[in-house]
Amino acid sequence: MKKSNKELEDTAFKVREHIIRMATDGGCFIGASLSCTDLIVYLYNNFLNITKDNLNDINRDYLFLSKGHDVPALYGTLAELGIIAKDRLKNHLKTNDFIYWHPNRKLPGIEFHSGSLGHLLSVSMGVAKDCKLRNQQNKIVVILGDGELNEGSVWEGFLVASALKLNNLIAVVDRNRFQANIRTEELIPVEPLEKKFEAFGWTPSRCDGHDFNELDKAFSKLPFNKDTPSVIIAETVRGKGLPSIEERADRWFCNFTHDEVNQLLKELNSKEKTDIKSETLIVR
Amino acid sequence: MNYEDFLLNLIKNDERFVVITAENRAAIRNLPNIVKDRFIDVGIAEQTMVGLAAGLALRGRIPIVHALATFLTMRAFEFIRTDVGIGNLPVKLVGAVPGFLSDGNGPTHQAIEDISLMRGIPPMNIFCPADEEDMLIGLKEVLLSPSPFYIRFNNLKPAVEHKKDFRIGKAELISEGRDIVILTYGILLRQAVEAAAILRTEGKSVGIINLRTLKPIDEEAIRDSCSRKVLLVTLEDHFVTGGLYSIISEFLVREKLSCNVLPIALMNKWFKPALLPDVLTYEEFTSEDIAGRINKELIRLSERKEYSF
Repeated sequence: MKKSNKELEDTAFKVREHIIRMATDGGCFIGASLSCTDLIVYLYNNFLNITKDNLNDINRDYLFLSKGHDVPALYGTLAELGIIAKDRLKNHLKTNDFIYWHPNRKLPGIEFHSGSLGHLLSVSMGVAKDCKLRNQQNKIVVILGDGELNEGSVWEGFLVASALKLNNLIAVVDRNRFQANIRTEELIPVEPLEKKFEAFGWTPSRCDGHDFNELDKAFSKLPFNKDTPSVIIAETVRGKGLPSIEERADRWFCNFTHDEVNQLLKELNSKEKTDIKSETLIVR
Repeated sequence: MNYEDFLLNLIKNDERFVVITAENRAAIRNLPNIVKDRFIDVGIAEQTMVGLAAGLALRGRIPIVHALATFLTMRAFEFIRTDVGIGNLPVKLVGAVPGFLSDGNGPTHQAIEDISLMRGIPPMNIFCPADEEDMLIGLKEVLLSPSPFYIRFNNLKPAVEHKKDFRIGKAELISEGRDIVILTYGILLRQAVEAAAILRTEGKSVGIINLRTLKPIDEEAIRDSCSRKVLLVTLEDHFVTGGLYSIISEFLVREKLSCNVLPIALMNKWFKPALLPDVLTYEEFTSEDIAGRINKELIRLSERKEYSF
């Protein structure tokens, strides 16, 4: 049964709290995690058939996180769904667990590792192809970053997925308009995306990646074309939910003090900008 | 029976196998019409091919991917290392025209660092058959192994009559020798056999070992061959760095074994592009050249009193 917007908002709020708590004692890629939080919360609650009871069922849906460094949003969502215990998030970067800056499949609910950009489109194509070979109706979603579209292997994959007519494959671009520390359009402009995807044989659609009604409108129309893969460009804001992080090029990888984490948790509630001093421009 | 017939027999009733190619159909040209859906040609896209194979393996398939050995192991290296390697998935990588088999193509097509690259990936295994018969003897076990495998494809006519028993990590003993033992893999087994015949006419006792799998390697066979009195020769169509000579060197150091070792390999240069017999002549890999290089080393060692032959 579909969750109401209010329920989704509440879950997204809790996931954002988890992300903020992971941005200390070593830190995490907070900006990109916050941009795809609403998208991931929407997908797991109202679109994908993935529950803690069907993780090994070949009929389940699949989500692949190709950009990888946004995995705190996935950790938080898996914790809120009960797929992993919330307590485990305290093990972030600890050697006694498998919760670190990029995803890996030792953690229940994570289908495959990523971190090197431009890999999981092709891996998800293999899964999509197998589902078609078995005449299954499950859906395969792969989330790409807009900076990740710089990678040649992504376009190779788009070309081949179209040739293989993988209409069960859905790519979602987290269009937060940032590379690592530079705005996408200032470094490697990617528009017009719809035309590019159409030229590569995919059927595109664009929506507001923070608006649950818009997300629902886009995802409920899938597949956009029975003969092509589908791509949804989700317009997002990097750092969404925290005014002192939103849209800032230097808030990519952040390692805050405990006090700053508390400030940010308050900011998530109040939406009032706080004064954060920690040096956060760390290129990894 | 050739590779294609063998593959077809093995896979036609086993739905786990999927045959994939990056538009390299030379060895599998009749399969598309027969295996139908389980044949996938991704076009000239090696990275996508390997990623896609990893995805299929995640779903329980055993993908057998085909491309030229250079483009497979080098263009798609990071996909092999990151998707297949870290994932420890049973993807079988079939590299065509490896080593000297690229003939006149030139350095772009010369896979002579492929073993070096593949063996650096922790779960990756490596199968280097001496010829088509040797390849077909080992292929079933290699394809059914739960590990990822790199197969140095070789469909040349048999150099010797091979022993039919095959085990991953077990070498084939062609002959035993007290003075010289030639360790080799792949197409150069033929030259090793002919070089040994020349050396035997000169009264030397020459052993030959066809290693078959380079990873895991048959350590027992190497240990048995190694003694202070013998000259070990590593013969390979690969750069001297990272291939068999490196594997043997690492083994001898680790085991604190002492032995005279002569590497016959490509010494940090790409080889002269030409047809195979001319390549062997130009690069001094004919059986006469090999026998000559071994004799030269024996003389050098006896002058240094390091060898008592």
